[in-house]
Amino acid sequence: MLELVWLIPAFPLLGFILLTAFGSKLGEPMAGWLATIASLGSFISTVLVFFALKDLPAQERFHVESLFTWIKAGSFSVDMGFLADPLSITMCLFITGVGTLIHLYSIGYMHGDKNFSKFFVYLNLFVFSMLLLVLGDNLLLTFLGWEGVGACSYLLISFWFTDEANASAGKKAFVTNRVGDFGFMLATFLVFTSFSSINYADIVAGSSELSAGTATAIVLLFLLAASGKSAQLPLFVWLPDAMAGPTPVSALIHAATMVTSGVFLLTRLNPILAQADVWATGTIAWVGAITALVAATAAVAQNDIKKVLAYSTVSQLGYLFLAVGVGGYVAALFHMITHAFFKALLFLGSGSVIHGMHDEQDMRKMGGLKAFMPITGFTFILGWLAIAGVPPFSGFWSKDEILAYAWNADGVGGKGLWVIGLLTALLTAFYMTRQVILTFFGRTRFYDATPQELAHAHSAKMAASPGISENDTTEFPLVVEQQYVTALSEAPETDEVDEYLPASYRDRQEYVPHESPWTMTAPLVILAALSVTAGVINLPFSKDLHFLGHWLEPSLFANEAHLELSAATKWILAIVAIAIACTALAAAGAVYLRGKYPPEKIERKILADAWRIDSSYAAFFGGPGRMLFVVLTWFDKTVIDGGVRGVAKVSSLFGSGLRVTQSGYIRHYALGISVGSLLVAVWFVTRLFQ
Amino acid sequence: MSTLLVQSEAEILEALAQGAVPEEVSSGYDWFLLMPFLILAVGAILLLTFTSLFRVLQTRNVPAVITAVTAASSFASLFFVWRRVDNLGGAELILSGSFQVDAFTLFVTGVLCAAVFFAALSLAAYTSEQHIAMVEWYVLLLISAAGGVLLVSAQDLILLFIGLEVLSIAVYVLAAMHPRRETSREASFKYFILGGLASAIFLYGIALTYGATGSLSLAGIAEAGVNPAGLSPQVNASMILVAMGLLLAGFAFKVSAVPFHFWAPDVYEGSPTPVVAYMASGVKVAAFAAMARVFIAGFGNYVADWQPVLAGLAIASLIIGSLLALGQSNVKRMLAYSSIVHAGFLLLSVHSLAFKAVNGSKTDTSLDRGSSLTDFSDVRSFLFYLAAYTVMVSGTFGVLSLLAKGDDGMHSLADYQGIAKQKPFLAGLLAVLLFAQSGVPFTVGFWSKFQVIWSAARNESYLLAGLAMLAAVVAAVLYLRVVVSMYLKGPAETVSITERHAEKKRNVSSSARAMGLTAVTLSVAATIVWGVAPNLGDSILDAAAQALTIL
Repeated sequence: MLELVWLIPAFPLLGFILLTAFGSKLGEPMAGWLATIASLGSFISTVLVFFALKDLPAQERFHVESLFTWIKAGSFSVDMGFLADPLSITMCLFITGVGTLIHLYSIGYMHGDKNFSKFFVYLNLFVFSMLLLVLGDNLLLTFLGWEGVGACSYLLISFWFTDEANASAGKKAFVTNRVGDFGFMLATFLVFTSFSSINYADIVAGSSELSAGTATAIVLLFLLAASGKSAQLPLFVWLPDAMAGPTPVSALIHAATMVTSGVFLLTRLNPILAQADVWATGTIAWVGAITALVAATAAVAQNDIKKVLAYSTVSQLGYLFLAVGVGGYVAALFHMITHAFFKALLFLGSGSVIHGMHDEQDMRKMGGLKAFMPITGFTFILGWLAIAGVPPFSGFWSKDEILAYAWNADGVGGKGLWVIGLLTALLTAFYMTRQVILTFFGRTRFYDATPQELAHAHSAKMAASPGISENDTTEFPLVVEQQYVTALSEAPETDEVDEYLPASYRDRQEYVPHESPWTMTAPLVILAALSVTAGVINLPFSKDLHFLGHWLEPSLFANEAHLELSAATKWILAIVAIAIACTALAAAGAVYLRGKYPPEKIERKILADAWRIDSSYAAFFGGPGRMLFVVLTWFDKTVIDGGVRGVAKVSSLFGSGLRVTQSGYIRHYALGISVGSLLVAVWFVTRLFQ
Repeated sequence: MSTLLVQSEAEILEALAQGAVPEEVSSGYDWFLLMPFLILAVGAILLLTFTSLFRVLQTRNVPAVITAVTAASSFASLFFVWRRVDNLGGAELILSGSFQVDAFTLFVTGVLCAAVFFAALSLAAYTSEQHIAMVEWYVLLLISAAGGVLLVSAQDLILLFIGLEVLSIAVYVLAAMHPRRETSREASFKYFILGGLASAIFLYGIALTYGATGSLSLAGIAEAGVNPAGLSPQVNASMILVAMGLLLAGFAFKVSAVPFHFWAPDVYEGSPTPVVAYMASGVKVAAFAAMARVFIAGFGNYVADWQPVLAGLAIASLIIGSLLALGQSNVKRMLAYSSIVHAGFLLLSVHSLAFKAVNGSKTDTSLDRGSSLTDFSDVRSFLFYLAAYTVMVSGTFGVLSLLAKGDDGMHSLADYQGIAKQKPFLAGLLAVLLFAQSGVPFTVGFWSKFQVIWSAARNESYLLAGLAMLAAVVAAVLYLRVVVSMYLKGPAETVSITERHAEKKRNVSSSARAMGLTAVTLSVAATIVWGVAPNLGDSILDAAAQALTIL
């Protein structure tokens, strides 16, 4: 059965080819069903391979299936080969599983889009690339998948490219990821020069002879690559913007699968990580921890339902890096899996909300939606409990394990990692509670007049009644700003200006938010069930319950850190985590449900701007960074463009035989060439005296 | 031809006088081995003659078709010549030892033929659209290619210089061929003056080489280095060092390496676009191949002296080229800088291949090259890059020729806005080619860059490899700008309306346009097919790479 591993990526590839050829003929919804079946086929083959692998003795669970030699140049040779081992198959299971559900969901979500079949073309191509990334038996194949998922990501972010924001978000993702790719390429070359091979099998075999310095360099370069793809500091800025794409894309690519590939890569290379200096892995842990905290604080102040989830994803990915950095590979994988379930669920749930709310994404205009969308609301609440770390939902178990490893890791910063992890857990529970309350509970603010509508109505009223004094006009914007405070509990006053409110307000009063179709709710139900129960794959109570840990053991080559904590410590850590989660839940409830504390005090502008990191980048590249280009462009303008303008003049002068010597350009160029020749000649002359 | 023969005879006498007769001089001329060159040269003459005699041949696309067929036949003849050379032992020196036929020269000739083929088809569409169809375009193109074949095959610096001049002069004229564009004439003028300067420098280098070594054949130069007979070592060394510097400067001009690049942006912008396609591909490829040949075969003893210069030129080209490219708003200028970056990659490749090509042949002649593949895999990546680059660049400028609006003067980024909506097919092809040039996987551009960087890393030139990677990253942004303009921005409406009227009036020959489309479609197909299966044509590449290594 193992030799059928190539079937896993073959299905989505076939789907991609068929859809490219016949997609527009099939149309809606057949194109979507074809793509879903392709993904399902891939899932079934993964399950078959999984059982075949499970039947093997543990130490033999490392199967390389080489299809053919792809490129051979001298001593360098790359096979088109797939590596089936517990790590890759675990990844494949949730990629294809969650992928299939999201394909199904998209059939409903993309209903009526004029590029319906094109969307599924990209989606299948993405799944193929992601599987290539995970299954490749060498770094080059992984890199091809890595680039492939990147390309699909840009394409899908910019899917509605009529929108300027989407286009620029796609560009930002592209540019940021190029920085990461640079690290990947350098690291690959370094791996080749050290191992004379880029096959994972050879890396595993030769890693023990690797020097610590080289290993450190390789690890740091791959960390750069992983930071780009997995949206860690300092390269995380693209992910929040990437939410401009369709919501199923956010769920599949920017939450469940692609963004975890950095963590996968570092886990795959655990033999190299083991050889690196302690500070290299410590850097990974700290990058993760700081990212987790920064992103969590930013998530607190977002009003866009998807932006909250986006920053939350960055934050949770930070947890994964933290876990990898302290050697908790199993914990990282565990949380990656549970996160894939509950974050996909939350994203799809938010998509369902957006769908039912006429493309409204601002949570301030939602509220009380549980009554309108019972299935979405119920499943979303389960996802919330999972991410908030409430036992016995899955997120609690996986996050707890990461925190235990952070507590255990003394070498790289004492208990600092654990404190940050805990703080992040607190914030996570807080902002998720806030989101759930603002969206599903409280007063239905959907029918309220928006500040813009009120402003419109007020100015219309003012225009109609000239008697109102100037003071009222200047004070008016303040009234608008204050809306949100009171809006949580009571609707803004519209009686005064009722007849002046615009048509958009009146139209909305007719509309009732609705539950989504079954293709959208069925994936929600399945993902909700998984979010609740996925904790059972790695329960901490006894060694026998560590199913995931035992399963992954052959892929980790005993590089997993040992958890030397007594049962009592574990219990205390768990209780602290539960207490923290409950505190955050209560606090958020007090602020947003019962209005005990004004939300403005918490939702600072600087948090909403994610500590202005993104805008600082823009400022740098627009300011000092741009200076370099200004200088070069000046040179280009003066010497070269100036030359061009000179030419137009000079050649006409030349034609009439006048003042030939006043050439402005040829002289410059000839000078350049002469100076160049001189430099070259001088070099050779210096060689004489050696 | 007769001048060449006289030249070669003078060579023989001279060589005899020094008692350094190349061993492999064949008695009588093996004309068959000259076939690829003869087809191009004679094809040009016949094309000129018959189209003058029979006016009917000038109409429609007949000259373009004849040119394409000529290039294709020359290409086809390569296979027969290849087999013949193979039977004769791998390398044949003809024309009194001044013209070498081996797998390397045949490979590069093939690349040149492909460049001519693409350029001829693009020219057909372009000249018909611009109403400037003339047979001279094609005659000059073929003559230039014939010069290119001489350049890459020459084993003698005089023949090499003749090849270089024949190649260049025809291109100077081609650059000026657009009758309505002042910038076209300006470009040609600049190219000519600066090219003249470069030729003078080059010629001076040849003279000094002769002074230092007493020989003009590459084998003779190499021989003199081993055993400087009679000449005082000090004089000999200083002269040959300066000579190398001047020759290198001459080549650097032709391949537009920084700081010899100043002409490129102006000339690329001003010249007719299909001519730029040939300039960027054919001319560069021939110059690079000749450069590798001269410095490996002739000056291999001095590799420690000239290799660092290549590194310096490569670094300058990679950095300056990619940084300046970012500031451009004209697509043709931008591509000129991108071709400077490509030149940086190729220089890096020559730099890497020098390690083994030279050492392998000089210090360890007993090596069994059949088994030690590593010895010429660096050369292989060089040749792969040359071929891949030709395919991508011919295609890119081919699409630009088809998109040329007005008098071919509208190539600013703003002019490219919204092309994806107006001409989705061409925009798609251009996007693929630009992504390929930026080195996106599953295109030939990825493998070519990858192999060059790889071979640099393998030879432990980490700084250069790192820089090249960085340049590739920066360059990606530059190509993306064009794609973004085409796809993500609305058309500048003032342009398109006037343009549409003009286009209606123009009455373009549809068969000519079909030829242009064929060329670019072929190049895109090659870009992708070769990108997915980079091992196609492996044995040919291996043999060609081996031929440069064995001398």
